[in-house]
Amino acid sequence: MTFFLQLVVTGLVVGAVYAMVALGFVLIYKSSDVINFAQGELLLVGAYTCWTLVAVYHVPFLLAMAVSICVSLFLGIAIERMVLRSFINEPVISVIMATLGLSSAMRGILQVIWSTDTKTFPEIFPSAPVIIGPIAVSRVYLYSLFISLAMLVIFSLFFKYSNMGIAMRATADDQQAALSMGISVKVIFAATWAIAAVVAGIGGILLGNINGVNPSLSHIGLTVLPVAILGGLDSIPGAILGGLFIGVLESLSGGYLDPLLGGGVKEVAPFVVLVLILMIRPYGLFGQEIIERV
Amino acid sequence: MRLRNPFVMESGVFTTNYRDDMAFHFPVLAKIRVAVILLLLFLLPFFASTYFVSIANLAGIAVIGALGLNILTGFTGQISIGQGAFLGVGAYTAGFITAKLGLPFWLALPAAGFVTALVGAVFGVPSLRLKGLYLAIATLAAQVIIEFVIVHWETVTNGVHGMFLPAPGIFGYALDSDVSYYYLVLTACIIMTVFCFNLFRSRVGRAFIAIRDRDLAAEVMGIDLFRYKIYAFALSSFYVGIAGALWGHYLRIISPEHFTIGVSIQYLAMVIIGGLGSVMGSIYGAVFITLLPIVLRELSGLLANYLPNIEAVILGLKEAVFGITIIVFLIYEPEGLAKIWQNIKDYFKLWPFSY
Repeated sequence: MTFFLQLVVTGLVVGAVYAMVALGFVLIYKSSDVINFAQGELLLVGAYTCWTLVAVYHVPFLLAMAVSICVSLFLGIAIERMVLRSFINEPVISVIMATLGLSSAMRGILQVIWSTDTKTFPEIFPSAPVIIGPIAVSRVYLYSLFISLAMLVIFSLFFKYSNMGIAMRATADDQQAALSMGISVKVIFAATWAIAAVVAGIGGILLGNINGVNPSLSHIGLTVLPVAILGGLDSIPGAILGGLFIGVLESLSGGYLDPLLGGGVKEVAPFVVLVLILMIRPYGLFGQEIIERV
Repeated sequence: MRLRNPFVMESGVFTTNYRDDMAFHFPVLAKIRVAVILLLLFLLPFFASTYFVSIANLAGIAVIGALGLNILTGFTGQISIGQGAFLGVGAYTAGFITAKLGLPFWLALPAAGFVTALVGAVFGVPSLRLKGLYLAIATLAAQVIIEFVIVHWETVTNGVHGMFLPAPGIFGYALDSDVSYYYLVLTACIIMTVFCFNLFRSRVGRAFIAIRDRDLAAEVMGIDLFRYKIYAFALSSFYVGIAGALWGHYLRIISPEHFTIGVSIQYLAMVIIGGLGSVMGSIYGAVFITLLPIVLRELSGLLANYLPNIEAVILGLKEAVFGITIIVFLIYEPEGLAKIWQNIKDYFKLWPFSY
């Protein structure tokens, strides 16, 4: 039982990080109907910038984090301006390929700058785990849990009440109508990418603190895709629940099935569940169903 | 009236009835051009180095795979990010038949095609309900799941250790050199290209295009969406399976890391850069993407004489250039190399009075 509980709790905290990264996918999809395959690389940018500041220039961690958030912010805007703006109203395949190309380009450039070996953060979060009853949880995971929950609340309120959030929802619904209501779609897109890049950057910094930073960190972008799809690409609560669900699923399948099947079940289990769920609910668990009319 | 002088270029459309319009319309010059290109391709090993022939082999295999992906993505409009894994299915099927069962290669090649077609059809089932992004993710799931199976089904695939394949032979001829393999690849390439050209003049091919343009409208016109989507997945996977079988037997050693998502992205890039929904485009794109890293490597070799450290940087930049090329093509010529070539031809068709 303790083993089971330990797995569930580990799954939940890992899932919280997934949820945060998935939030980036959902934000971009919600306002511009684009799924960003370069999300993993945005993660890397945040993590690398923060690492360089902390480990090479010995900047205090919080300041370094703030600076890397700014870097991510401007990178997000730059990407939107230089690449994605050309793809407004283009077919899905072009958009997918553009972000895939973007991810390849960014990975290449990052590799040139930071090479491929793993960079480890100096110890920032105390390494002693927190003991809750019979279960031990690493502190970094707990912080990520809190940060992602905080972000969930912030973004839900943002989309519900702030002018910008409402404008984003309007843009997602109908770009032309939004334009005629005086919303600048360009500004909205730039803001979305900026926010998504920042969310990814924070996720990258947290993950970098857990496992160190190397290019394989960007694979989490792919791991998190099922999360975003599972919850429905346009649903923020969906992303959070999907993240927690996939986290627990991974942890349980890793714990119970890996010894039977010889490892790697963790990575593939979310995708199997994803296909099954998509067969039943093609728009994810909480996604908005699109009704096509001829 | 068509001019019969072989040196006169085609300068417009002169058909006056539907029969002529539907017919394969080859001006004399085009016939000569095709004949010359084929002749050059068949004679290539006599004047090119072995290195060049090996590149041509890789390009030829890529052409078959790209044709397959273009049938699915370019002509039927179903996005697939699982191409790399399907290549793997083809390669491992062929490998299992020749290496483990000891059956001849000429049997393994079509078998690989059919098994991959079957697997492709199974993973095509979600396409009935999923569209666009969600379908792309479902095919990504196919990629991950098949990769997992390849790694873990060790009795068949040898898992991460990889599988050694025997040199293929057909009717007693051993195809163990680059040159002999070149003729196999070239023949397969020509057959599959011609089939592809004809496919889109047939009922099935037209149905694919109708589904791409508007699936609901196609259904209203009496096209059984589910059946034709499955056809598209199966046919596309057949091509990819053949490409995989050829690739595997060319490399002679296959392991899971040959069939990752990176390969899938490369094939998508071929189709995009070549031209979605264009048979010739698949060929241009496949050759382009095959040559890109090779040219970059040569360039970095040249520059290395002057700048000692640049090679490492350029190897890192290879990926960047790959990505940037895709983006540039998508922004400036979304219809790809095929369209660029068409524009050049159109320019000269009416030159110097292009109005």
